[in-house]
Amino acid sequence: MNMKITSSPSQAGRSPLVSAMTTPSVVIEPSRGLFHLDLGAIWQYRELLYFLVWRDVKVRYKQTVIGVGWVILQPLLTMMIFTVVFGKFAKIPSDGLPYSIFAYTALLPWTYFSQAASRSGTGVVINANLVKKVYFPRLIIPLVSVVAPIVDLCFSFLVLLGLMVWFGIAPNWGVLALPLFLFLALMTALAVGLWLSPLNVKYRDVGYAIPFLVQFWMYASPIVYPVSLVPEKWRLLYSLNPMVGVVEGFRWSLLGKQSPDFGMMAVSVAMVLVLLISGIVYFNQMEPTFADVI
Amino acid sequence: MSDITIRVENLSKQYKIGAPQQRHDALKGLDQDLIIERHDTLKDLLTHGLKGLFHRNSQSEIFWALKDVSFEVKQGEVVGVIGSNGAGKSTLLKILSRITKPTEGRAEIYGRVVSLLEVGTGFHPELTGRENVYLNGAILGMKKAEIDRKFDEIVDFSGVEKFIDTPVKHYSSGMSVRLAFAVAAHLEPEILIVDEVLAVGDATFQKKCLGKIENVARAGRTVLIVSHNMPTIQGLCSKCFLLKGGQIIAKGSPRSVVEQYCADVSSNTSTPLWQRKDRKGTGEIRFIDASILDANGRRIDVALSGQDVNIAVSYRARDDKPISGLDVHIGFFSTFGQYMFTCSSEESGHPFDLFPSSGQVTCHIPELPLTPGAYVFNLFSTVRGVVSDWVQQVGPLTVTAGDYFGTGKLKDHEQGFLVKHKWSIEPHVNLSDRLDD
Repeated sequence: MNMKITSSPSQAGRSPLVSAMTTPSVVIEPSRGLFHLDLGAIWQYRELLYFLVWRDVKVRYKQTVIGVGWVILQPLLTMMIFTVVFGKFAKIPSDGLPYSIFAYTALLPWTYFSQAASRSGTGVVINANLVKKVYFPRLIIPLVSVVAPIVDLCFSFLVLLGLMVWFGIAPNWGVLALPLFLFLALMTALAVGLWLSPLNVKYRDVGYAIPFLVQFWMYASPIVYPVSLVPEKWRLLYSLNPMVGVVEGFRWSLLGKQSPDFGMMAVSVAMVLVLLISGIVYFNQMEPTFADVI
Repeated sequence: MSDITIRVENLSKQYKIGAPQQRHDALKGLDQDLIIERHDTLKDLLTHGLKGLFHRNSQSEIFWALKDVSFEVKQGEVVGVIGSNGAGKSTLLKILSRITKPTEGRAEIYGRVVSLLEVGTGFHPELTGRENVYLNGAILGMKKAEIDRKFDEIVDFSGVEKFIDTPVKHYSSGMSVRLAFAVAAHLEPEILIVDEVLAVGDATFQKKCLGKIENVARAGRTVLIVSHNMPTIQGLCSKCFLLKGGQIIAKGSPRSVVEQYCADVSSNTSTPLWQRKDRKGTGEIRFIDASILDANGRRIDVALSGQDVNIAVSYRARDDKPISGLDVHIGFFSTFGQYMFTCSSEESGHPFDLFPSSGQVTCHIPELPLTPGAYVFNLFSTVRGVVSDWVQQVGPLTVTAGDYFGTGKLKDHEQGFLVKHKWSIEPHVNLSDRLDD
């Protein structure tokens, strides 16, 4: 927020006792201004960001018996269920691809997104003990929540490689664009987190609503069905959901089916930007009250 | 060139009081001074509309936890901040630690600040001691390289080398506090902002904590410490501030400020309750008188340890109608503000469901478990969950030595509690067998 930090603690920390500092290292003032994104402060606390991500990853794998196994099993089992229910019974088309790999490729970014969005949505409340006792840019919390699940994504990606070998599908140059789509998913999850975590501080109901929201969102995204199933006239409205662009992007860059509709992609990207910028404004607006209300 | 390290100008912080969700913390003054915000629910959002998304409930009562606080701290000064519960000490610490923002005013800090409001912030039970050292260090603002460098020293200091790769959940609470403190002790702040409450644990550990704070001070660094412990303040500090009702009412040598604090407490408790203006709450009911009675209903000035006492509190409702859902709390503190215990009518199973518009509530405490010393009590009440009246330092309670255990052998104690207990001793039947094991 409006903490102007002109000399970082790290620089000051190693210097001998400073007795004649002319500019304050910290200025504490009431917050003002609507949009204020202090990337400098976040950069300064990058090591904390790193350690919190590291904590989240470590704890996640420590608490379970199978550890990493769950990360692979979750999307894999979901894929099997979807393949049977939607692929075999409901006979939902899959753009000419084997239904299992069609679903799994979508489940990769989806599982990541649902993890990232729900964790960042509840992050501030979960880290209440930190929020009440130490200062750091609060934006770090949703950032940590959207970065940590990438580790899971990497593991489940290995399974996809296996599936691609099995089905004999080789990606083309489009695979280079994959990080862009992942980035889009990350930004979407971050935007959701920026909106939901302050709300959750104030209204704990949000924590209960998130699982439902995520489930609803999944059916509003082309996970179990292809975009081609959505009537043409609704496509534009449909692509207001940024995950449409992400999932289509993943399928295109990995499975190399027809290239995605760039008009739809642009709508998705624009939507993310709107959500993200408004999210930063909202988060900043509410941030000063976190420690008081939580 | 100036040697000011902390400059605070007209710092003010406003809170809105909602329902007393966190009144226990507030009453004890353990965590927050007076933050009794409640968590809104979606229902509130629906009833108060979307403005609730950006603003807090406008119906709640506003009060200033800090008002126009200004001071300067020079390089190398050790400043103590004292005051009774709810005076704004924690709020001041939180603002200077940047945990919460001031509503008005400004503070400037020159140098690397470390603020310790608790030890072991962020400790995760699933992680090992080693991992927690890194995590906690990072949370307190240390760089990884710095932790790497000091790691062995930290572990040495903590005395838990053997268990450093064991998850902290298997530690005893003493061990994890020691480890946490070891991390904190190896910070190199230019300015240390510290809440003395963190000096928890046994006496030895407390001494170690205070010794460390003293070292920081001796090294010419600036320390701002909030404490309830007057001997600590007098021994450690070069300067002292007295906060009351969110304002600094005295600055100066620790000795004079501590004296003023004690005088202030006794002037508070000698003002008749109905004349007190320094109260909070909706006023749906007001306490008008409180007195300490013995078992026969006679007013007493001094109680004995172990004596049966009654605290009789008279109240009057604002509207002359019977009211429902009253909960009365009486909180006991040492005169230095250390929390002792609370009696709650609701918790002890005596909710006053329907009560007359004016009357007297009596709380009976059998065998007063306090050691000889000077205490004060606070009164706090809610009507259907909303704070209606809250007065601090209502009256003094002086306790002198009594025969608590019925043995005639009670010796001098420090301020604190007495607990009924029994002892037993049995001979070992097969001592030689056990030693052989």
